[in-house]
Formats: sequence, C-alpha cells, structure tokens
Amino acid sequence: MENLINIFVKSVFIDNMIFAYFLGMCSYLAVSKTVKTSMGLGIAVIFVLGITVPVDYVLENYVLKEGALVWLSPSLADVDLGFLSFIMFIAIIASMVQLVEMIVEKFSPALYASLGIFLPLIAVNCAILGGSLFMQERQYNTIAEATSFGLGSGLGWFLAIVGIAAIREKLRYSNVPVPLRGLGITFIITGLMGIAFMSFMGIKL
Amino acid sequence: MSHKESLFSSKNLKLLRDPLGANNPITVQVLGICSALAVTVKLEPSIVMALSVTAVTALSNVVISLLRSYIPPRIRIIVQLTVIAAMVILVDQALKAYAYDVSKQLSVFVGLIITNCIIMGRLEAFALGNKPWPSFLDGVGNGAGYGMTLVIVAFFRELLGSGTLFGYPVLEKIGLYKTGYENNGLMILPPMALVTVGIIIWIQRSKNSGLQESH
Repeated sequence: MENLINIFVKSVFIDNMIFAYFLGMCSYLAVSKTVKTSMGLGIAVIFVLGITVPVDYVLENYVLKEGALVWLSPSLADVDLGFLSFIMFIAIIASMVQLVEMIVEKFSPALYASLGIFLPLIAVNCAILGGSLFMQERQYNTIAEATSFGLGSGLGWFLAIVGIAAIREKLRYSNVPVPLRGLGITFIITGLMGIAFMSFMGIKL
Repeated sequence: MSHKESLFSSKNLKLLRDPLGANNPITVQVLGICSALAVTVKLEPSIVMALSVTAVTALSNVVISLLRSYIPPRIRIIVQLTVIAAMVILVDQALKAYAYDVSKQLSVFVGLIITNCIIMGRLEAFALGNKPWPSFLDGVGNGAGYGMTLVIVAFFRELLGSGTLFGYPVLEKIGLYKTGYENNGLMILPPMALVTVGIIIWIQRSKNSGLQESH
C-alpha cells in the first residue's frame, strides 16, 4: 500500500507529465485559456489515463513482452511481439476513448456536454500514449502499481493545466510586451512553473 | 497531360518554404511541442528526432493522400493513426538497428512521434485534400520547419548548458573558461527549453507583426 502511494505521489509531483516530460503540451497550450474548460479536459485526461494504463499493462504482460505468451502454450516462450507495442497501444487508446465517450454520453449527458470536443481529442494527447510507454519502460510489478501511476500522472496533468489557466486568466490584466502576448508568455510561464516543480526533485520516495 | 504543372512550380515551392518561417509548425501553428522539447538538451538527438519526424510526416502524408478517396470520413482518425504508427515502427526499428545509442537517448519519444500533432495536423489539413506530390512536399516542409526550431533550441541549450556542440568542447578550445566563464547548468534542465522557445517566439513575432496576438 505504501508503495502504491509512493508511486502516486511521485507521478503527480516529481515526474509530472507536463513539467518534467512536456507531454500533452499541444492541448495544454490550446485549451488553457479559461479555468472551466481546462478543468473539463483535465478530468477527462485523469479518467482516460486511469483506464488505458492498466489495460495496456495487461496487454504488455500477457501478449507483447518476450515470453508473455507462455500462458497460451509453453512453446511460445521466445516469441517477442514488442515491436507491435506502439500500434497496439494506440489502438487501445483510440478505442478506449471511443468507449469512454459512449459511456459518458449514455450515463452522464451533463458531463458529456461540458467535455464536448475534448474527449475525442484525447486520443492524440501525447500524455496518454506517454503514460503507457513510460509504464512499459519502468516495468511496474503489479497492475495496481500501473493503475496508481496512471491516475497520478493524470492528476499531475490536471493540476498543471488548471494552474496555467488560472494564471492566464489573471494575465489578461497585465501589460505584457505585444510580441510576447499569447503563446510566448505562456511558454515562459510554463517554464517558470516547471522550475518551481523541480523543487520536488530531491525528494526520495 | 500537357498542362500539368512542373514538379517544382512556385506553388509547390511555397509548400516547402512556408513552414520554415511564417507558418512554422512549432512557433505559429503550436503543433508538435509534446515530443519536441525534451530531446533538445543535445544537438545530436535533436537532429535525429528532426529527421525521423520529417520522414514520418512526408511518408504518411503520401500514403494518406493516395488513400484519400477510399477512407470513410467517420473512421479516418483510426486509419490515420494506424498509418502513422506503422511508419513510426519503421523509423524506430531503423534507429535501433543503425543508431542504437541515440535510440536509447530518445527513449519513449520515438514512440511519441505517433501522437505528434504535426503529423495528425498535416494529414487532416493537407493530405486528405491534396495529391501525393504536394502532400509529400508539405510533409517535408513541415518536418523541416519543426526540425529547424528543434536545432536552434538544441544549439543554444548545448552551447550554454554544457559548453559543447555535437559533444565537441567548443568553449574550452577557445579558452573561455580561463576568463572565469562557467556553464549555465540551468540550460540543461527541462524548463529552460520552454523559455528558449518562448524567446524564439518573441523574436519572430517582433519581426513579423502579423503573427501578434491581442492577449
């Protein structure tokens, strides 16, 4: 249990998707104009990461990894389908996003309306595929660890986008040099927020 | 076929040239930032990354452009992702075979070319509505525009952060350290990539006022 909390906290703060790896920057920059929409997108990302990382974990460990197919027949022990992982992960993500979209539409039309276009766009959010690829690279031991990593990364992404959206709302009243307005200042502020987040780096968990 | 335009007509050259400046994928279209910034600590991986992205963009643009009248609009995103993923697997396997060290350095970022929004964006905006040859040029142009920004950022980060270029100790050779100069360790850290891009955007927009935003 302690281990799970460690992984969770680590992926929220120390290995933050945005500030440490720049994943999901495109939607982060495009959708962070107001706090309300960025919250919707952030929640959707937590949701999708929390589902796709464990599903891809199962796929990785029972289908793709070298020797993962042993449960089918012992003769498959040296089959390595690792080169298929990109295409499999992206297929899982695209179909999961579609599935989540349909479920949300059916059971919570209000949430569906507020997320709108952002749900399908999540399929091409690098943070989602990045989550699965990092899960593969770090080789978590159990599915619970992978899930806690997925949820933590999602929460870290949520915090980052809500933070920048709040700053951008306030920024409207500041006198930023004209060529720097909009995109330029957002980049620089993200950089500064990243430096702030780096203070978590020395923490050993 | 007598009125067929030449391969490098001015219209086609514009496709190549525009992404390098006024329509740069990173600083103007805001695409492909995801996997771009983390690889710019050193010049070598950035150039490999730039070449890989250019190859994937150009090839998948051509494939989608050839298939454009057969793809049902409703499932086009999955078709596009499959084509891109296949191309990325080719690039990834080639890198693992011929440039293993760089491939290790780039780690997950090669895989993340799949979700690089430049590629999706160009497929949606260009390849679905144009012939293969212009699509190819558009892909090469956008890949090059992306690569150019990447290389500029990597040049400054490696020079100021480690004092080297392609691993060659430039600053040590010209004797700058004897005058009391020290490397700026901050430049190696991830946040400085963002600040560097921010400054590039600032310079570009102060030269080209048509790109400025009001907020």
